Amino acid sequence: VARSARRVVATVGHRAVILGFIAFAVFPFYWMVVTSFKQNADLYVGAANTAHNPFIFNRAPTLDHLRTLFGQTMYPTWLFNTLWVGVVVVGITLLLAVPAGYSLARLTGRWGERLGIGIFLTYLVPSTLLFIPFSRLVSLLHLQNSLWSLVVIYPTFTVPFCTWLLMGFFKSLPKEVEESAMVDGCSRVEAIWRMVLPLSVPGILTVVIFALTLVIQEFVYSLTFISSVQRMTVSVGVPVALIRGDVYYWGSLMAACLITSIPIAFLYNLFLDRFIAGFTVGAIK
Amino acid sequence: VATVVTTTAVAHPRESIRRADRILGVLMLAPAVVYIVVLVAVPFLLAVFLSLTNSSAGSLEFSFVGLQNFENVVGNAVFRRALRNTFVFTFVSQLTVIVLGNVLARALMKPFFGKSIARFLILMPWAAPISLATLGWLWIFDSTFSVINWVLKVAGWLGPGQWYYWLGDTTLGMTAIIIIHVWRMLPFSTVILLAGLTSIPAEVHEAADIDGAGYFSKMFRVTLPMMLPILTVAVLFGVVFTFTDMSVVYLLTRGGPYNSTHVLASLAFQDGVLGGDVGRGASVAIFLLPVLLVMAVVMLRTSRRAEVL
Repeated sequence: VARSARRVVATVGHRAVILGFIAFAVFPFYWMVVTSFKQNADLYVGAANTAHNPFIFNRAPTLDHLRTLFGQTMYPTWLFNTLWVGVVVVGITLLLAVPAGYSLARLTGRWGERLGIGIFLTYLVPSTLLFIPFSRLVSLLHLQNSLWSLVVIYPTFTVPFCTWLLMGFFKSLPKEVEESAMVDGCSRVEAIWRMVLPLSVPGILTVVIFALTLVIQEFVYSLTFISSVQRMTVSVGVPVALIRGDVYYWGSLMAACLITSIPIAFLYNLFLDRFIAGFTVGAIK
Repeated sequence: VATVVTTTAVAHPRESIRRADRILGVLMLAPAVVYIVVLVAVPFLLAVFLSLTNSSAGSLEFSFVGLQNFENVVGNAVFRRALRNTFVFTFVSQLTVIVLGNVLARALMKPFFGKSIARFLILMPWAAPISLATLGWLWIFDSTFSVINWVLKVAGWLGPGQWYYWLGDTTLGMTAIIIIHVWRMLPFSTVILLAGLTSIPAEVHEAADIDGAGYFSKMFRVTLPMMLPILTVAVLFGVVFTFTDMSVVYLLTRGGPYNSTHVLASLAFQDGVLGGDVGRGASVAIFLLPVLLVMAVVMLRTSRRAEVL
């Protein structure tokens, strides 16, 4: 009896720990949901009023904030800008990282591994160190306040990590894939094109998703280089331009945060194991 | 010449394939390397160079001022405060993250109903764009409508007339910033630690059990040493991401009240971009370098020990 009682206590404790952590992780998102659909009269009561429970809907939920967000703000434009930059940056990233990843995995031998780690380390150079020299570069190229500045600069953080991820992916493919094709008379380039790339779709898809989420999340460069409201990306437009003067439209603001965050969370979750593999290559044997 | 090449190719077919591969390898690698050199390495050096000039945002003219910017910056109380804050935020939040991350990763090791949903929910803070997540917290910490204050009021912690102005007070503001960093980095460390825990073969635990190892000796003699490389990875990335972040501070407190919650990155932005004093901003940002270099070296040593190099 004592043993089974102890087991029950252990199980309850375990579930309590899990639930506690989930509550901490999810609370801001729960708060975004509640705020997005509350009527203003229910939203702006003030926390000093202990009789008014802010966790629940005290009045009927409303879609007003969503209507404002999509009908009267630049939010749809920012979404479009972000996706446009995302697609172009993903294209550039693939053009640079796929050949580089393959080369590091197969064609360069020992110095390639060192170079691969060197490339990965550049991922650690933070945007907060580079935005000042980049602001010089951007004004030299006359790209101030243009989305092209982001297209030029964003690959600086997508290429290193994606090259590293792809290098790991290509290493995991058996060498016989190309070798058998080359025995049949293909050149290596043909073998890569016909045999390796079709097998690499999962790896390339991971890189596409990863690069895209990095672009959507980016804040510092976008804040530094884009000043016109209609050219902003979501991550900057929402916190900077959705606030008019000193007035915060919290309902619309939280709706924008929610709508942007949820799809990324889903994408991330789908590819999580591959991202972890990217971060931990070498540390797990 | 053509004949010579043909004969060599016939004489050493493997050699010539290898050489062709080497050339192809260089060609395939070159675009990425050139891009990184031009847009990471050169700007990096430019950052160091700009910190030695009086360059400003309005014009492209500048003159060399030596270490003048650094002297000005170090003599400035706001800067010293920002430097201290950067270390405090990083240290406190990452220490918390590692402790909590271990607890959570161990909890997630056990099978339970709804585990994949739990993993999804726990991961959300890491996936959400940092600027938008911080905005969510800004609303939670609002001076009038803070839900935390409501809870504390109902629980009786805050008496009549007592109130927390989360972002108007230095200590509370620093606490809020640390909470957000912990919230954001905890999922990241947890999934990495979880990957490490899963990679320890079950036989190792069984062997320790047979040898009569207790819970603590198993933890300190078996699990922790085996987890050390992965723990290092989690800490390194956590430190780098927290140490160099400016979004949280910029959006939550703008460095206020009275510049008391600035970090190096947000101060560099305030001086170099908003203030237009590029040289000064660059010299503030340069102070990020020593820590980043240490992190890079530790990372290289970890990867070497794990036999990557």
